[in-house]
Amino acid sequence: MKIEILGPGCPRCQALEANAKEAVKELGLEAEVEKVTEMGKIMAYGVMSTPGIVVDGKVKGSGKLFSVEEIKEMLKG
Amino acid sequence: MLKIFTILADIITYQWFGLEKGHHLTEAVHFFIEDTTKIFFLLVTIIFVVAIIRSFFPPERTRSFLAGKNLFVAHVLAAALGVVTPFCSCSACPLFIGFVEAGIPLGVTFSFLISSPMVNEVALVLLFGLFGWKIAAIYLFTGLIVAIFAGIIIGKLNMERYVADYVWEIRMGQAEIPTMTWKERIQYAKGYVREILKKIWLYVLGGIAVGALVHGYVPEDFLLKYAGPSNPLAVPVAVILGVPLYSNAAGVIPIVEALMSKGLPLGTTLAFMMAVTALSFPEMVILSQVLKKQLIMTFVGIVTVTIIFVGYIFNFII
Repeated sequence: MKIEILGPGCPRCQALEANAKEAVKELGLEAEVEKVTEMGKIMAYGVMSTPGIVVDGKVKGSGKLFSVEEIKEMLKG
Repeated sequence: MLKIFTILADIITYQWFGLEKGHHLTEAVHFFIEDTTKIFFLLVTIIFVVAIIRSFFPPERTRSFLAGKNLFVAHVLAAALGVVTPFCSCSACPLFIGFVEAGIPLGVTFSFLISSPMVNEVALVLLFGLFGWKIAAIYLFTGLIVAIFAGIIIGKLNMERYVADYVWEIRMGQAEIPTMTWKERIQYAKGYVREILKKIWLYVLGGIAVGALVHGYVPEDFLLKYAGPSNPLAVPVAVILGVPLYSNAAGVIPIVEALMSKGLPLGTTLAFMMAVTALSFPEMVILSQVLKKQLIMTFVGIVTVTIIFVGYIFNFII
């Protein structure tokens, strides 16, 4: 499983990355969390409000600092 | 309805603390209690409602809404949508690219980028709570007019070549706009209120405390002498002072309210607040990733001049 965090590196993006890592740990998943900061790539996902979160190439949410619980839901679904 | 906070402050100041009316300290304490209770009540309730409204206007929807509209209509819509679309300065770049990529004219994009930080719900709540609905409404409408006007001017200057070159090459993907259930909207709104309050509560308290001291201790009409309508330099100086205070709008507005009660004219006050919210150094740094410096300078210049103009007009009328 691959989780991408979309964002230019603002505090909220970093917080989202931390939450994603925590969610992966709590679920005991094999997943890599990767930051995407290049604007072209972020836009290619169609995301206009950062931070955004992408799981296996699919945009799961954007424009909000998702909580650990919310990310767990995304990873299960 | 807001009278209840005056009554509450009366009870706490005169009965619980046993302070006597008419003293400087009593006035400062009363002001502080009344304003903190009122402002925090308004912040929580109004930001919650605004967040619910916002959940219907994600930027992706705003973008498709603005694309291909008649130019003047698009400016007006962009400024109005700027008020309700969630925006934080770290999203400014993807938002800018997204708009431009959808073929939304540069000037229209700027109308949005100007109104979004300037006419925000925190500023409006504080203005409503401290100055009353009339001044809040004046701020809302002049803010929209500034955004529309400055956007139109920037559009007329044909500055497309001063957008960073790579921006034109980016192709945006199609993301599904997530549909939210009511339960999710309420969750979103709760989280939003918490996020905003966490960021501003200290500034609000600090601002009200300084405002309370000004109310209690600074003589009436003190500012009229130095910054009254008879001093033509007051408006530009206020605007220049406002720029570095960005992100502290929450702390600045209570102080400004106190200053206004000591004779700072309405036009100067409005210009100052608009400079605080609309012109921010960190946002310029972020935007410099997508705009060349000529365009940033033009943007700052036009907004500054427009705001100063607004200040003079209001000082002249009132």
